[in-house]
Amino acid sequence: MIDDKTPLIETVDLHKDFGQLKVLKGISEKIYKGEVVTIIGPSGGGKSTFLRCLNLLEIPTSGKVIFESEELDAKATDLNRHRQKIGMVFQLFNVFPHLKVIDNITLAPILEKKIPKEQAEAKAMELLKMVGLEDKAQEYPRKLSGGQKQRLAIVRALAMEPDVMLFDEPTSALDPEMVKGVLEVIQNLAESGMTCVIVTHEMGFAKKISDRVLFIDDGIVAESGTPEELFEHPKNPRTQEFLSQVL
Amino acid sequence: MGESIFSVLYKYWPIFLRGLLGTLEYASIAVAIGTVLGALIAVLRLSKNKVLYGISSVYVNVLRGTPLLVQMYIAYFFIPMAIPALNSIDKVYYVMLALILNSSAYVAEIIRGGINSVDKGQTEAARSLGMTASHTMFRIVFPQAIKNILPSLGNEYIAMIKETSLAGTFMLYELMYTRTLLANKFLVWQPLFIIAGIYLIVTLVLSAIVKKMERKLSVSD
Ligand SMILES: Nc1ncnc2c1ncn2[C@@H]1O[C@H](COP(=O)(O)OP(=O)(O)O)[C@@H](O)[C@H]1O
Ligand SMILES: [Mg+2]
Repeated sequence: MIDDKTPLIETVDLHKDFGQLKVLKGISEKIYKGEVVTIIGPSGGGKSTFLRCLNLLEIPTSGKVIFESEELDAKATDLNRHRQKIGMVFQLFNVFPHLKVIDNITLAPILEKKIPKEQAEAKAMELLKMVGLEDKAQEYPRKLSGGQKQRLAIVRALAMEPDVMLFDEPTSALDPEMVKGVLEVIQNLAESGMTCVIVTHEMGFAKKISDRVLFIDDGIVAESGTPEELFEHPKNPRTQEFLSQVL
Repeated sequence: MGESIFSVLYKYWPIFLRGLLGTLEYASIAVAIGTVLGALIAVLRLSKNKVLYGISSVYVNVLRGTPLLVQMYIAYFFIPMAIPALNSIDKVYYVMLALILNSSAYVAEIIRGGINSVDKGQTEAARSLGMTASHTMFRIVFPQAIKNILPSLGNEYIAMIKETSLAGTFMLYELMYTRTLLANKFLVWQPLFIIAGIYLIVTLVLSAIVKKMERKLSVSD
């Protein structure tokens, strides 16, 4: 078990290059159980890459990712077992268009965790109810709005009963009127004690929801702190410049 | 000019029918076995292993970059020469082999293209849920890829129906071979138009079916 002193996720001197391009230049961070960490920063700074390294969707060029006290290894077969515990939500939803809403949710639990179908479906219905989509269970995702797709993507990840949820700009691709519903779902999740790492451009949301904010710029965590510290009293000139542009 | 097209068709229709059945049979065998083989080649073409990728790329490029007729000649004359033990095998099979290998190269590219056309985000979502690579391929990627693959396979079958006409050169009983048979009866021009008409009808009908299938498959997106 993870106690309050052991990080749930730790990165140690994380580097990632894409060919000649150095995208992450040494990030060492600790994220503890129950924490809500938001990541802000200019586009192209490496926020998505950092997040995608946490479940090894990107394989770090050097450095370590330690999850629940075990180092993640791209070649090890138990990477899949670890990934089941790390939910991820993408900017473009990535729902499965060929599967009904309910099957989007139950597929992975049934296949990978060997949950009986009825049990998986009962759980899926519960989750759908939680995000107000219970009447869409038998529809295909093409019938859903962007906001509904994203809520589906969130509960699809939750169905695996993860210990942490990673969000990569979950509302950036949504029409403005859809944003609120999705943010509410994430906020409820965060308040229920789920560990969350959220890349976002919604500064108001970040301020309200975070325990800690990381400002990632040019491949490093240039500044981090409580929302109060980072938004009200930023020390780094780059943070100040960034905030003056977005606020 | 001699006899009319219709009287030739009336008199010799069983010959044309047998030719058509031969054409359909050869094309079906070539595409069916070619699909199995092509799927394997596609897997190699998608692999990260450089050697497997290299070998499969050479295979696809050689078979798509040289004329089928040349491949048939090589199969027909060179294989029995190089491996005398195979001399007793009916040479029909060598021509079939050329058809199958040729088809497998085109099918391999169809399958590879179909798989690559599926958004990378689908694979990422599945892997991030902890799904294994094979579950991701067979439950997420392939069911979406098949929508692009099936119509293209239909088109490959149509192309193959026309390609098999080359097999008549090697005395395989298919539609084009009926020309040789009837030329022996001094019927030179009529069979050509009958053959062309039959090819046209078959390919038009099959094209219509493929179009319909395409439309059906795309509604679910
Ligand atoms: N798969 C990739 N191949 C090459 N370059 C990439 C890849 N993914 C990201 N990059 C580059 O890495 C840099 C950081 O990207 P990203 O992590 O997406 O930044 P952010 O999410 O902060 O906008 C960008 O310059 C981007 O073009
Ligand atoms: Mg990004």
